[in-house]
Amino acid sequence: MSVPENWRLRAQRYRLVGEVCDKCGAKIFPPRDVCPECEVTAKTPFTFSGRGEVYSYSTVYHAPEGYEEFAPYTVALIKLDEGPMVTAQLTDVDKEDVSVGMAVEMVTRKIHGGGTEDPITYGYKFRPSAKEAAEKSRSRG
Amino acid sequence: MRDVAIIGVGQTRIDEHWDLDLRHLALEAVQGAMKDADVEQIDALYVGNMIGGQVTDQEHLGALIVDFAGLRGVEAFKVEAACGSGGAAMRVGYTAVAGGLADLAVVVGVEKMTDKRGGGATAALAMAADAAYEAAQGLSFVAINALLMKRYMHEYGYDHADFAPFAVNAHRNGVNNPNAMFQFPISAEKFDSAPMICEPIGLLDSSPICDGAAAVVLAPVDIAQALGVDPLVQVTGSAVATDTLAVHDRRDPTVLDAGIESTRKAYRQAAIGPRDVDFFELHDAFTIMAALSLEAAGFAEKGQGVRLAQEGAIALEGAIPVTTMGGLKARGHPVGATGVYQIVDAVQQLRGTAGENQLTDARIGMAQNIGGSGATVVTHILERVEA
Repeated sequence: MSVPENWRLRAQRYRLVGEVCDKCGAKIFPPRDVCPECEVTAKTPFTFSGRGEVYSYSTVYHAPEGYEEFAPYTVALIKLDEGPMVTAQLTDVDKEDVSVGMAVEMVTRKIHGGGTEDPITYGYKFRPSAKEAAEKSRSRG
Repeated sequence: MRDVAIIGVGQTRIDEHWDLDLRHLALEAVQGAMKDADVEQIDALYVGNMIGGQVTDQEHLGALIVDFAGLRGVEAFKVEAACGSGGAAMRVGYTAVAGGLADLAVVVGVEKMTDKRGGGATAALAMAADAAYEAAQGLSFVAINALLMKRYMHEYGYDHADFAPFAVNAHRNGVNNPNAMFQFPISAEKFDSAPMICEPIGLLDSSPICDGAAAVVLAPVDIAQALGVDPLVQVTGSAVATDTLAVHDRRDPTVLDAGIESTRKAYRQAAIGPRDVDFFELHDAFTIMAALSLEAAGFAEKGQGVRLAQEGAIALEGAIPVTTMGGLKARGHPVGATGVYQIVDAVQQLRGTAGENQLTDARIGMAQNIGGSGATVVTHILERVEA
């Protein structure tokens, strides 16, 4: 992962900044500058809440180069509360405890361990929603 | 627009070819196809290839291959659409001949995947996905397909074992294909107990990393007839459609919108519908893709592709035979070559030269090549025309 690429993507990687369409109000992530709903130019920044739910998930055992330190890790499609879907790793959760529909929230973590030429990369991952976890523990207690 | 025929086919056996490099693989397929067509000169050559640069450190494959094949000077270049590269090259060849810009065109799909050790091929395959928003999160290409399969199983209540018929059928058909990588059968039990690569995708859900090349010679139908080609196989449908590169941007990740659109266009060109198709060479890179392809092409309702396979419809004697020579799973999936292998398989069925796997009275075949997990879908419909 190159230094300039990571610099260009810093707003979306660190803060989940996407876009909102001024015409139809669609929230867009990852940013794509053209609204996928009404196909007009959409460049107004929009910061997502980071809340969403698991749409699908899988566990990676044989990690690609640079991701070995995280293996095995769970990856997921996250349906964000504002509408779009995002691909990311789950963290702070055992794979046995993941389910479709589970509420999650964004956190910033190391996403790539770096290499001889590349620096360590940070970005979004998702963990079980703290609010949901608190409610669960209350209902148990 | 001119009617286009396939007048020659050639292929290498798919294998781990430690003794052959990319240019030798391509040469064998090109020479085989030109010999089959009985032609010595061509007007153009199009190469389907995905990861030549990544795995063999070689790009500029058009000039490389025509020079190596003794065709120096001929128009030639590479066409890339990830795992759909072979089909995309076929599409370019078709447009050149149909449009009257070339009379004799060779389309060769070639891939050399085994030259990099360890995860070299896997890392190269991940380039089919969105580098910044999928691969950067640590997802391999298998992981992306696993997300699709998991969701599909969740929505329709299938277990992993339910997908066995796709792999079992492919291996059964691979047994009788001398060019297949895996010429042995597998059982449903073996399928379900195979090691997991990326849950729920197991080893036997997946097509292999391998080397191979396949080629066809295209010509206008009138020239083919003048050459006395019989039986003649005509390309009656040729269509490409695209979808979002990333799975997370799809309208519905468990529906291949580009598959629906490209088959719709191809059916319309050929003036046929799914019921007229005698067999379907689909893109079973993973079992889930076979299910989604059957649904997108109109052979099964949404969520019913697996059911169709369980009912036996995909077998050689079924209502809609698929992967008749072993498919990507057993014949093999040298990624950029696959789309051309599918065409070669279909031509063999239509000519009646498919050996033990020959279908009875196969007149219309469809081949569908998918790039990525559905971002590019190339569909070709081929028909046997009696002289």
